[in-house]
Amino acid sequence: MTELKTVGGVTAVMLSGDLDHHSAGMMRTDIDREITEKHPRRLVIDFSRVTFMDSSGIGLIMGRYKLMCEQGGEVIVARPPAYIKKVLRLAGVDRLARLTDDISGLIPDENEKEDEKIEQTTPQTT
Amino acid sequence: MSRRPLRPLNEMTLTFPALSENERFARLAVSGFLSQLDPNISELSDIKTAVSEAVTNAIVHGYRERSGEVMMQVRIFEDSRICIKIQDKGCGMADVEQAMTPLYTSSPEEERAGLGFTIMETFMEKVRVKSKPDKGTTVILERTVQGKRRL
Repeated sequence: MTELKTVGGVTAVMLSGDLDHHSAGMMRTDIDREITEKHPRRLVIDFSRVTFMDSSGIGLIMGRYKLMCEQGGEVIVARPPAYIKKVLRLAGVDRLARLTDDISGLIPDENEKEDEKIEQTTPQTT
Repeated sequence: MSRRPLRPLNEMTLTFPALSENERFARLAVSGFLSQLDPNISELSDIKTAVSEAVTNAIVHGYRERSGEVMMQVRIFEDSRICIKIQDKGCGMADVEQAMTPLYTSSPEEERAGLGFTIMETFMEKVRVKSKPDKGTTVILERTVQGKRRL
């Protein structure tokens, strides 16, 4: 399952259920449609409700990373459970995308003015 | 291969069509069968991930998403040693070593990360691969289950 929301240049994706080869295809289609329509500067993928992930999840993140790079944006991998972190670290995803356990401040509030908020919260790239 | 022929204490065999819907079923079947060993959460998720990679390989690469059957056998030996065999009768591989190289993938357009065997080798103690072009591929995954009690 994929829930998407784009506010103020940030697309927040909430994934839920198992992330395997079977479900990755549908998730990819949903996310890419949103990205190509809305051109966000930041893509936050929330893994807190993902119950299982294999290397298909790595493919999903890498693919979105490439897409966001082409658009000059960034990808943030948010709130991955321990068993997912293990796969992420093995694949070296932490060297490409920012991993965070705390999403506060990353996704602008819907009620706040767009564009202003995002500048303040843009993380420093290292 | 092994010096003394070991009889499994328990075993199960499943065959299912090479449909991506069955990737999840294969994981659940393995974790259901292994529940008798009372595995801890971490080792169960390791085993499920390794099985998922092997079954996905059979479906995506073995049969190239065409129809076929995947066979999965899980055996439990003494001292909570488990052996999981995943077999397809698909296209097979000429170069197993290349396929097992981290980040190598024969289908980058599918967004396969090329990490399937790396994950299997990291999450299981032993991985054996037998493959023959046009005959199919057999992957054997082995490890010991520590369980909750011994932690």
